[in-house]
Amino acid sequence: MVPDDRKYTQEHEWILIEDGIGTIGVTDFAAGELGDVVFVELPETGSEYSQGDTVGTIESVKAVADLYLPVSGEIVEANEAVVDTPELVNTDPMEEGWLFKVKLSDLSEIDQLMDAAAYGELLGG
Amino acid sequence: MPYVPHSPADVRAMLDVIGKQEIGDLFSHLPENVRLGRPLDLAPGITEEEVRRYFRKAAAANHGQDELVSFLGGGIYDSIIPAAIDAISSRSEFLTAYTPYQPEVSQGTLQVIYEWQSFICRLTGLDVANASMYDAATALSEALSVALAAKRKKAIVLPVTLNPRYRRVVRTMMAGEGITVLDAPAGPDGTTDPVALADVMTSDVAACVIPNPNYLGLVEPVDELSRVIRDAGAIVVAAVNPVALSLLKTPAEFGAELAVGEAQPFGVPPSWGGPLLGFLACTDKHKRRIPGRIVGRTTDNRGNEGYVLTLQTREQHIRRDKATSNICSNQGLNALRATVYLAMLGAGGLAELGEANLTRITALRNRVTGIAGVGLPFDGPVFNETVIRLERPAGEFLAFARNRGVLAGIPLEGIADCVTGDLLVCVTEKRTAAEIENFGLLLEEFMSDANGGKEVSA
Repeated sequence: MVPDDRKYTQEHEWILIEDGIGTIGVTDFAAGELGDVVFVELPETGSEYSQGDTVGTIESVKAVADLYLPVSGEIVEANEAVVDTPELVNTDPMEEGWLFKVKLSDLSEIDQLMDAAAYGELLGG
Repeated sequence: MPYVPHSPADVRAMLDVIGKQEIGDLFSHLPENVRLGRPLDLAPGITEEEVRRYFRKAAAANHGQDELVSFLGGGIYDSIIPAAIDAISSRSEFLTAYTPYQPEVSQGTLQVIYEWQSFICRLTGLDVANASMYDAATALSEALSVALAAKRKKAIVLPVTLNPRYRRVVRTMMAGEGITVLDAPAGPDGTTDPVALADVMTSDVAACVIPNPNYLGLVEPVDELSRVIRDAGAIVVAAVNPVALSLLKTPAEFGAELAVGEAQPFGVPPSWGGPLLGFLACTDKHKRRIPGRIVGRTTDNRGNEGYVLTLQTREQHIRRDKATSNICSNQGLNALRATVYLAMLGAGGLAELGEANLTRITALRNRVTGIAGVGLPFDGPVFNETVIRLERPAGEFLAFARNRGVLAGIPLEGIADCVTGDLLVCVTEKRTAAEIENFGLLLEEFMSDANGGKEVSA
């Protein structure tokens, strides 16, 4: 399940970009590998980060993974629904389980991300 | 674990298998200039009886709390330890067990740790406590790391009235992390000056410590300091004496998000400075960043109540280099002693303990008041210990008293604004009225005798 409306990263995150705002979550594959998610720590709105920075954590019953920022920018929104109901990441990682939104500071960074086909290959390989 | 010695034949056989000539070849990768190049300079073996005599003689050179009367405090306290503490903590089920965290076999130990955590939460007023830390100094350093991570900032503030040993440990721990450690000065009353603190609290500061009581035994203006720290957007980290918490505001009451301290006075002897027993507690929002272990209460698949380690995903064996801390253990045996101690005292006993300590330090202050050449430089409320200021070097009085079997205190020169004549004198609930009177008599004799400090015991 790799929708082609968005981009992907090596860290198994997706980013859907609309009007310079990127919505970020973890992929279906990542959610499955993590298992039952029990806690999500998201970045504070208003804080600015560079591409690749660690901005939060996602904790399941068996592991804790870092959340990375696929593109540089300012955090404009965090999904409070997943903070209150972390299992959203398991039940609907690609839609309702989105994590946070970032206002991109450098649109050219998008080109470094994988498209759906490339990410599909990563999963297949 | 059996002890299996290697005979020369065993060693030869092993060397042959791995293709080495001699044991020295195993170290051939090390540069010559770091190798010793000769056998260790060890004396020939001695008999068991000779070993026993040697250590008996060496042990006799120690003068412990049982034969000396101690007025030493400064973070480690000579308190009364009920016999039940030794009796229960030396039960083999507790004493011989090392990190027994498997819930299938360790319900007793896990329950003790859970109760310890519950006591620390009750004492501090905070939501979460971990399974204990090595000592207050490392607990403080870890608490500050939590605050730095939460705020994503690079500076912390330590008052000069904080225990100097805690200050040193924190500086050491922060040095490798590139954290700026700033000082908050003391005012003329011996406590942290809120106005001066406000100047230090820049926007880079993640947290500031409030010691209460501070190293000089004085109760800090916790509410004012807390307001200054929080107004600057920083986290209040409390470093408190838990014995005083039955009398003073709890860390939660003065707005601390993290609290640490030394629980050694709860049933752990001072020994010669350790092992100690640190505690660390925090508000709910920091619980996933704190170091060490947490025991939770739960129910098993048959509905029975049980105890189990929880939040382990933060720890080093799972998170590796991303772990919240290197600390993956706790001070199990001493935490057991403190838990038994607190369970024995109960809330009422703890309140009496606090009152007894307060009464005795007040008695000491009253006793030394009026002795010529002795002053009390600070007027504020104190707990457990107080500063007395001599018109002669404090070190001379320490030597004088030591010859009379009394450990009179800790010299303070170099701490905050203290001078050569300043001495930190501690009185716990263990010091009797006669011992306090004797302290007064010794001080009178020393101050009236120009050669007192040079006196040599007969």
